[in-house]
Amino acid sequence: MVEITEGCVLSRLPASTRLILQGRQPALQAACGALGVETVPEMLCTAEGAGGHALRVGPFELALQPTGDGLAPLEAALASVPHSLVEVSNRNVSYTLQGWQAADILAALCPLDFSLAAFPVGMATRSILDKAGALIWRTADQTFHIEVWRSFAPYVEGQLHEVAKSISYNILTVQH
Amino acid sequence: MLLIECPYCGPRAEIEFSYGGEAHIDRPGPEVSEEEWASFLYLRENTKGVLAERWRHAHGCGRFFNALRDTRTDEFKAFYEMGEKRPDAEKKEGEGA
Ligand SMILES: [Zn+2]
Repeated sequence: MVEITEGCVLSRLPASTRLILQGRQPALQAACGALGVETVPEMLCTAEGAGGHALRVGPFELALQPTGDGLAPLEAALASVPHSLVEVSNRNVSYTLQGWQAADILAALCPLDFSLAAFPVGMATRSILDKAGALIWRTADQTFHIEVWRSFAPYVEGQLHEVAKSISYNILTVQH
Repeated sequence: MLLIECPYCGPRAEIEFSYGGEAHIDRPGPEVSEEEWASFLYLRENTKGVLAERWRHAHGCGRFFNALRDTRTDEFKAFYEMGEKRPDAEKKEGEGA
């Protein structure tokens, strides 16, 4: 946990299980069911169930973050449905970026609009942070969950620190 | 920078996308002549005007889709999913272009 500037804390999260599911609606539905999520979230939306989170990052794709029982319930639920389920736990590194400057710092590295109206709480999408692909998920007004590929992590971390250093001089802020 | 509308994610900045060249080019079967195969591989319309082209939302949902873009002005006329007909197909025939 590092306060990269006044009003913004960057925390590297401990290892966790992450999966990418590709499939049509019945596969997405089955996986959501296994996590205790009732309906498949709409594009770029997320849902939480007793068994974890489901992030709809593509029309035929969910990023799954199961808690507790791990893979077994998902594999059982998907057994009879055509799908591709790939564990990417080791590929990714996760962070949270939290504080009133968090949206401004992301906006310096990413072309998305991070105002609450355009990027509401619960929205998740892949985009880029400077030159590296990233998954960005707003979990609260001022909190973002960020995932990047492991080999890009030092670069992205460095860029976040660079932006944070100079942002106190920046007169532009994201409209809330 | 171009603003490109992914059919699944909505309008996004050009840097999230990769370009896929001219759209609606059917891959011929192995029985075609070498001339036809070469034409499939290399010959393109090089349109001055409205071009149907492929884009991939590489740093996003990852999907390919098609777009109509005026190559003279960079103005996008339409975005549509893979497998759909070119939206201006009838008009295009009418113009004899
Ligand atoms: Zn997209």
